[in-house]
Amino acid sequence: MGKRLAPYMLVFPGGAWLLLFFLIPLVFLASVSLQTGNLFDGFRFTWHVRNYVDAIDRYRVQFLRSLLYASIATAITLVASYPLAYWIAFRGGRHKTTFLFLLLLPFFVSFVIRTLAWRFILSDDGIVLGTLKDWHLLPQSFHVLATPTAVIAGIAYNFLPFMALPLYVALDRIDRSVVEAAHDLYANRLQVFLRVILPLSIPGVFAGVLLTLIPAVGDYVNAFILGGTKTTMIGNIIQLEYLTNFHYPVAAALSFVLMIGLLIGVFAYARVLGARSLEEYV
Amino acid sequence: MNRNDRPIPLHLDPALLRGLTQRRLSRRDLLKYAGTGAGALSLSAFLAACGVSGTKTNPTTGASGTSASPTADLLKEIYGDGTPAGQLVFANWEDYIDVDENGKSPTLQQFTKETNIKVTYKTDVNDNDPFLARIIPVLQSGGDPGYDLIVITNGGPVERMIKLGFLWPLDHSYLPQFAANASEAVTDPSYDPGNTYSVAWQSGFTVIGYNSDAIKEPPKGFADLLDPKYKGKVGMFGNNQDLPCAALVHLGFDIQTSTPDQWQQAADVLIKQRDEEIVRQYYDQSYIDALENGDTIITQAWSGDLFIAAAPADFGGDGFPEIKASIPAEGGILWTDNMCIPKGAKHPVDAITMMNFVYDPHIAAQLADFIWYVSPVPAAKDIVLNEIDDPLVANSSLVFPSLDDLAAAHKYKVFKDQAEEDEWNSIFQPIYTS
Repeated sequence: MGKRLAPYMLVFPGGAWLLLFFLIPLVFLASVSLQTGNLFDGFRFTWHVRNYVDAIDRYRVQFLRSLLYASIATAITLVASYPLAYWIAFRGGRHKTTFLFLLLLPFFVSFVIRTLAWRFILSDDGIVLGTLKDWHLLPQSFHVLATPTAVIAGIAYNFLPFMALPLYVALDRIDRSVVEAAHDLYANRLQVFLRVILPLSIPGVFAGVLLTLIPAVGDYVNAFILGGTKTTMIGNIIQLEYLTNFHYPVAAALSFVLMIGLLIGVFAYARVLGARSLEEYV
Repeated sequence: MNRNDRPIPLHLDPALLRGLTQRRLSRRDLLKYAGTGAGALSLSAFLAACGVSGTKTNPTTGASGTSASPTADLLKEIYGDGTPAGQLVFANWEDYIDVDENGKSPTLQQFTKETNIKVTYKTDVNDNDPFLARIIPVLQSGGDPGYDLIVITNGGPVERMIKLGFLWPLDHSYLPQFAANASEAVTDPSYDPGNTYSVAWQSGFTVIGYNSDAIKEPPKGFADLLDPKYKGKVGMFGNNQDLPCAALVHLGFDIQTSTPDQWQQAADVLIKQRDEEIVRQYYDQSYIDALENGDTIITQAWSGDLFIAAAPADFGGDGFPEIKASIPAEGGILWTDNMCIPKGAKHPVDAITMMNFVYDPHIAAQLADFIWYVSPVPAAKDIVLNEIDDPLVANSSLVFPSLDDLAAAHKYKVFKDQAEEDEWNSIFQPIYTS
């Protein structure tokens, strides 16, 4: 009987965790998103589907903006971390672990603090921009903070390791004899990369994009600290509706729309890049 | 001696005692939960059971916001026999207390010396709404908010907390200094009749702050904040009072009697200012950092902050002498920050002791002379003038304005009901959350 029950026993801790901390809160969230009321009188369940209509109607711009910012930031992290991961995997030698440690080193400081540090470094008359302006390399009115660029750069900076690590894993486990075989078959270096290494690293790209894009869409810290006017992301709105306005139903509806939108996106993406790689990597 | 009539030992921590004696789950609650279990069979009923209950009838405070005065029993329950616990967690705003060259506050040190109450002073309040957003869920669940004394502003935050029943009523028998010394302007305010739940910490004006290195001609009024020549260098407040009120005053409307149509006109001015990229960012307390490091050169500002920003570092200031204040021609906008004890605070007696302490004219003078906000204690003026010998502060209309000045000042909008507040917010909030 031990044999028959073993799989269930193995799945129990994770399953119970998911049920308790994901599924039940999710049902609660679904319920709240269909309620009406206010903080003083309480909220009652009324199948109020209008919350969804309101949520999408009022915050369409912020939804699209979040998607745009997160997509650009993801593309930046991909372009920036592929060579990095490649270099560590193929040229890192015996110092690989040191390089990986360096990559993770920023995680030892809270990312809010690191983002605040950027605000200090990039302030209009700060150590970077102030100096460049003094040398007349930049016009006086130039600024980085409080722009969409700053928010996107902040997201890319904060999520870079989430992209780099899966890429590294994918690249590192490529069988070197396959690469040698390609060389033996007279492939030049570009051909080796394009026809052997790149296709074999696609699962890493896939996982990296998921790990970066999904949290980045919901991120609100970068927009809050580095943004200005018209850079508010959907995460900021959900926070505002939940915590400042106490419009729990609208906030819950927003969260659901975001989640469902991302799920649809992920499944579409998985169909394109292949579900096999998803199973292999996540 | 019978077991039951043995007196409760006095050395017992009052907080612990309250924890031991307070009811946790009443029979009614239990029945409610049991009912929930039975109804969970149908999905609809289950979803319905997830409802978030309101706070209208809160049995532990007995305060529905409109009740005139708290019962003696309730006060007794909160303050016990008046023995302080010996510690106090005090949440306040940045730059809002006196600081000596060692970074310590003489007022707090003196308080500890006189009362033996250790103060944990935290500058955790960056803005009312986000701060309250952190503690309200805790208060809703009946937990310990983690603070004994909080400082929040009128014009929404204080009123909301009272209405929610999340503030403990004050026992004025512990506040003789308040009774003796408080200014008329802060006694019996319209947002908290009879000072049932709050006493003023300081009042202040929302004015204009600017960097005199970048702007030679002092700004004259709110119109300067709309000037395209400061494009991208203007700071505005991202809250539901300072931002709208400035625009209303600029257009010449009376804040209190203004109509939704006028609100819309004010909003249009602010939207234009935003869309022409004149505004750099909508700030909370961090506006002062932005002004100091040059990100903005002209900004909406809270009066006292500007003086601390300009004061030299060895004086306890921030050391930016180029930062100056300008009182707009239309007049500043007056608000009052209030000391309140959140429901469930662990050390209420210590908190009310502090409230009383800062109404001592000597202490009030010491604070006023450093933080430059409007002191709630008029008697402090003479002390600042004669004992501290600082006529600049004593004669400043920003620190000791006359009662007439205060009466004539623009004030934060007082909402007649929730619907009005919701309408106001729905017009102005989208501007700074775009």
